Amino acid sequence: MSTATPEAGWISPELREEFPGLGLRYLLVERGSGRSPRELKHRLALMSDRFSGPQAIALRHKPIPYAYRVFFRQIGLDPDEQPTPVEAVALERIKRGGFISESLLDDALTIAIIESGVALRAFDADRAEGRLGIRTTEEGEGLEGRPGALPTGTLVIADEARPLALLFGAIASGRGVNPKTGRMLLASIQVKGVPDIAVEEAVWLAASIVRGTD
Amino acid sequence: MPEELLEIERTGSVDEPARAPESSALIEPVADPAADRLARQELRRQIAVLEKQLGQLFASAFPRTGIEWGVPAVGGPRVLGVAELERVRDALAVRLQEAQAELERRGEVEEANRGLLESMIAEPDRYRWVRVAAEDVGERPCQHWHSRPRWGILGMLFGWWRVKHSSGCPLAMGLAAPLFAR
Repeated sequence: MSTATPEAGWISPELREEFPGLGLRYLLVERGSGRSPRELKHRLALMSDRFSGPQAIALRHKPIPYAYRVFFRQIGLDPDEQPTPVEAVALERIKRGGFISESLLDDALTIAIIESGVALRAFDADRAEGRLGIRTTEEGEGLEGRPGALPTGTLVIADEARPLALLFGAIASGRGVNPKTGRMLLASIQVKGVPDIAVEEAVWLAASIVRGTD
Repeated sequence: MPEELLEIERTGSVDEPARAPESSALIEPVADPAADRLARQELRRQIAVLEKQLGQLFASAFPRTGIEWGVPAVGGPRVLGVAELERVRDALAVRLQEAQAELERRGEVEEANRGLLESMIAEPDRYRWVRVAAEDVGERPCQHWHSRPRWGILGMLFGWWRVKHSSGCPLAMGLAAPLFAR
């Protein structure tokens, strides 16, 4: 795994054929999360002031949020019930009156998602085996921490050994970032209509914030 | 293949209302995997077109409330089959059609209310005590126009009527931004 540029994750052949444009990029960050520095909280507060209700309404018009909404529909999700990542962050902003600081990682993801519109996830790098990718589940395969097996054919983000998270959904128990995490994998999910540059920029931005270089 | 949806894509028009396809017009199940994949791709394209139209309608409907926008999910995330994609597409088409019809209906009522408001402003004494709320004319709520007498009882006696416009919505106040020591 490279620490220099976002690495392209693998996509299973049947999904590549079924969903051209589906992709995953991820980057290793040699640190864990933690408390947000004061400057980052200030940046979130400034961003809260710049982001208002009409912008949230207009999100559906913008090409990248629209691309995720369409993809959600195409894979059987209702983007109004389970909002796309950027809409989820925008909804929180409206409900809570601002982007509320949670932790270094959460704040970095919030900023990167709002700025780019791209879906981002984070995993504990020391608990991932090999490269990350997107595939469908086999029969009897489950998600750690979740009772029972997932329905066969569920779309998941996986490493080379097991599913790490549902695509746009829950992360397997112990595979996400926790206070003990020493190294993180920041991953962005690309769908048809989302340009490469936006996906790379999203990962870069989140990684830079976490590293304190942005 | 539903002609209506193909027509939407061909013309690129977003103004024409989308009609729900007839159930008999759905794509026939096919045994050939390649044809099946093509059918799924075509349905995904139609879903994208309908989602775009629904999004545009949603934005244009703002700030009206009480319109149903939800389209139930068929369950995922997974690769949907032809029949499931058809269900999503049909549900989107129906929702779009219903939302357009509701907006048209409200548009007519709002137009009539705007006419009433203009008449009220021109001749307030003919519309005594009539009150028109902003949402009645398709605007953001928390303001209204009210035909009432100037100087209370004196105005009533002398027929000094006017339309008073309320002060509007309070300013948006979110949580206070965090304070930082300099």
